Amino acid sequence: MKSQRLNKSAQQANQVDAEQAGWLRQLHLDFRRRARRRTAAVHAVQLALLAMFLGWWEAAGRLGWIDVLLFSYPSRIGQHLWTTLADGTLPPHIAVTVTETVVGFLLGTIGGAMLAALLWWFPFVSRVADPYLVVLNSMPKVALGPIFIVSLGPGFLSIVATTLSITVIITTLVIYNRFREVDPNYIKVMQLFGAKRSQVFREAVLPDSYPVIISTLKVNVGLAWIGVIVGEFLVAKSGLGYLIIYGFQVFNFTLVLSSLIVIAIVAAMMYQLVAKVERKLMAGWKDR
Amino acid sequence: MKPMLELRNVSHVYVNDKGASLAVEGMELMVGKGEFVSLVGPSGCGKTTVLSLLAGLFLPARGEILLAGQPVHGPSPKVGYMLQQDYLFPWRTILDNALLGLEVRGELTAERKAGVRRLLEEMELGGTEERYPHELSGGMRQRVALVRTLATEPEVLLLDEPFSALDMQIKLQLEDLVQRTLRRLGKTAVLVTHDLAEAAAMSDRVIVLGSRPGRIRQIFHIPRELKQQLPTAARRHPSFQDVFDAIWEELDAGEEGVERSEESTAE
Repeated sequence: MKSQRLNKSAQQANQVDAEQAGWLRQLHLDFRRRARRRTAAVHAVQLALLAMFLGWWEAAGRLGWIDVLLFSYPSRIGQHLWTTLADGTLPPHIAVTVTETVVGFLLGTIGGAMLAALLWWFPFVSRVADPYLVVLNSMPKVALGPIFIVSLGPGFLSIVATTLSITVIITTLVIYNRFREVDPNYIKVMQLFGAKRSQVFREAVLPDSYPVIISTLKVNVGLAWIGVIVGEFLVAKSGLGYLIIYGFQVFNFTLVLSSLIVIAIVAAMMYQLVAKVERKLMAGWKDR
Repeated sequence: MKPMLELRNVSHVYVNDKGASLAVEGMELMVGKGEFVSLVGPSGCGKTTVLSLLAGLFLPARGEILLAGQPVHGPSPKVGYMLQQDYLFPWRTILDNALLGLEVRGELTAERKAGVRRLLEEMELGGTEERYPHELSGGMRQRVALVRTLATEPEVLLLDEPFSALDMQIKLQLEDLVQRTLRRLGKTAVLVTHDLAEAAAMSDRVIVLGSRPGRIRQIFHIPRELKQQLPTAARRHPSFQDVFDAIWEELDAGEEGVERSEESTAE
């Protein structure tokens, strides 16, 4: 009798539990559905904006609202891209520019980080270098272009040098400032264990600055593109920046605009790649 | 009893652009092996300076500091230090944080690693080895910091207000845990705190410092019946209040004394 009643109440309890679990699951599903719907709406509006812009541009070109010679229109640009890709005249230009950008980006970032480490390691050097860094940082580095051309020759090296001049100094300053802002208590923990300066740097200063170093990667992708395109404007005989200048000189704005679109696509891809690397490197201790 | 730590007429001066200021003057102190000593006093009494000097973070301007009879020239493997907050490295797992000291010293062997894992178990941190610090509560993190400090098997523990950032309940639990662990391992400890009850409950001796410049005002020997208890039990002991009041009065008198003397110079 008693055990029956107990059984019954246990059954009731189970039922209550099941009901509650179902309710919670329902709430969670509703939440997920709303979030999905919101994301879909954002994508739809993004696509609609792009379609509207392209449609308006196409119509404006074909109906003569804008000067086709200057502004071209999407189907002409698309056709131009298609033919130059198919006959193999465009890919080498893309390859040249991407190579210059990647080399400039890597050298700029690594060089800047190493310079920052040097400044951290030798406070005396950092004090000596300070005014020079300030001047170099505030100067428009692109103005150094002619000097690179006469000293390194009109080609790959000058373009990479232009890119480096844009990326290195700012990378150095940003990372070095982060090194100095490392919580002194982390350094104290290391010193209390009798750590050498190299150990303090490797185990505390560097990892604590990791997020900033990674975010300079993203900034440097953009800066490297500026450096490369400006460098190509100045000297190149191939590359996307060269195509832009060439198209401008012969008044072929379809060429100019299609080169711009290629740059936008490739630069966005590079940015996404770096963002992916960032997510990978930051996995685990991101949310602290 | 041979002293584990000894301060011989130690003075310390901080120098900066504005000038040189005397932080600690003529301090004499001996701490025996296995003894637990607390330093209490108003801000500016040089508590943390004394602790940093004992840790070898910097050298005294005058005088001598001895560790097990040997002069201190820099951070020593025999000394462990706990900071006010845990300062676990957020990019390391709990186990890697606990192993930091051994790694830095190049003493990381499979045997010692197993020892650290055991220590984590004893501190009820089993199962957290592969987690990251941000996943743990404040009390757990401070326990990891304790393991990190004990992992290198120091003879002396310097505790720089290690419980001050914790909730009351967690703080009391940790006081007991630290006291139990130190007694079991026979370690010597110097605690800096401004919590008088904490000092009275944990210590064998409480040293009251006066400020500007820091110097020793008074030394209280905690009665045997309190010393033998764990901190939580000592706080409930009938004679605890008397000890607490005595220390309190001494500190209070010191501060009034300063005010009075300032008044008298004003007149």
